[in-house]
Amino acid sequence: MHELGITRSVVAICAEHANGTRVKRVTLEIGKLSAILPDAVRFCFDICAKGTVVEGAQLEIIEIPGMAICRQCQRPVPLVQPFGRCDCGSNDLEQIAGHELKVKEMETI
Amino acid sequence: MCATCGCSDNNHVTVTNPETGERMMLSHDEAHALGVAHEHATAPKTKWLEVLKQGFLHSLPPSHSHDHNHNHSHRTTIALEQEILGKNQLIAERNRGWLLGRGILALNLVSSPGSGKTTLLERTVRELKNEFEIGVIEGDQETINDAERIRATGCKAVQINTGTGCHLEADMLGRGLLSLNPAPNSLLFIENVGNLVCPALFDLGERAKVAILSVTEGEDKPLKYPHMFRASQLMLLNKIDLLPYLHFDVARCLAYAKEVNPQIEVLQVSATTGAGMSDWYDWIRRQQQRSGAAL
Repeated sequence: MHELGITRSVVAICAEHANGTRVKRVTLEIGKLSAILPDAVRFCFDICAKGTVVEGAQLEIIEIPGMAICRQCQRPVPLVQPFGRCDCGSNDLEQIAGHELKVKEMETI
Repeated sequence: MCATCGCSDNNHVTVTNPETGERMMLSHDEAHALGVAHEHATAPKTKWLEVLKQGFLHSLPPSHSHDHNHNHSHRTTIALEQEILGKNQLIAERNRGWLLGRGILALNLVSSPGSGKTTLLERTVRELKNEFEIGVIEGDQETINDAERIRATGCKAVQINTGTGCHLEADMLGRGLLSLNPAPNSLLFIENVGNLVCPALFDLGERAKVAILSVTEGEDKPLKYPHMFRASQLMLLNKIDLLPYLHFDVARCLAYAKEVNPQIEVLQVSATTGAGMSDWYDWIRRQQQRSGAAL
């Protein structure tokens, strides 16, 4: 349940940049290999936003699929967990997407 | 309410120096100052890799559907592109510079509760204290028992109690360093809270994470908790003196660890009998030499 702390950080980042305006929408990028569950973030968001300028904002989460490049044959390898194996048999993979954990943008009013 | 694992606002992180009795409270906000980008040390990215990555990212669907009403012109969209754990990462890098400038090798020991971290540290301190000056920062939710155990071996130790928090964060280590005041060119062991999930996400500024897995646990732990074994440079397979009494397949466990992290180094040890411990000390010496070379 580290998502509660993560969500609290999201609210803090948005509140810091809102300059006193109200936040209507928050867009996050969460990689599917990042060990963060989007549903748990959604669950925590309203609780964390309560009493801040982010209260009532809509939460959008863009989930980024896991992707790696095989260091042996340089082919792309889609990943559903933070490790895997290329069709060529190698597990020496450079993970290039799926670990994102970012506040992408927000809309204020 | 808040905190990394659902702690309430009256949860306080404390740093206790058992030697001086000094106790520092970290305020709630300080204690939870926000974490770290989960990036692993990888080989420098080559240009073609970047090109492939950009190509892949651009192939993703647009960030949102644009089905909202664009007529209300008083709405402003602010691009933030900010790492959620960025603040912890900043503090971790500050710690890293602080340690590097003093030539201190800091190792972050991570494991489940009960893997034998403290026993392993006690023996390590006893057997290396004539060679290195050693300091220990202990992380636990409650009690200063572990810091007292370490102090009994004759080295400096500070206890950080995270309250209900389930891992150490970079600012807690920063406070711990101020309290411990480790000597230049010393060894610093950070014993993280026993937990194979959250500590993987939080860089403290250490040189390396060392995962400790004991043979009384399941051999498939690396597959069950891949983030931690991916984030670790070394895995110590502990309690190998108990292998004759257990159904633990060492070869399979090592294969799982390498599957999750092909670069991970593995050493088999028993902190109780001392078996394999000299390999662990050699590994520490090599890291210490690299610390010097980094300056």
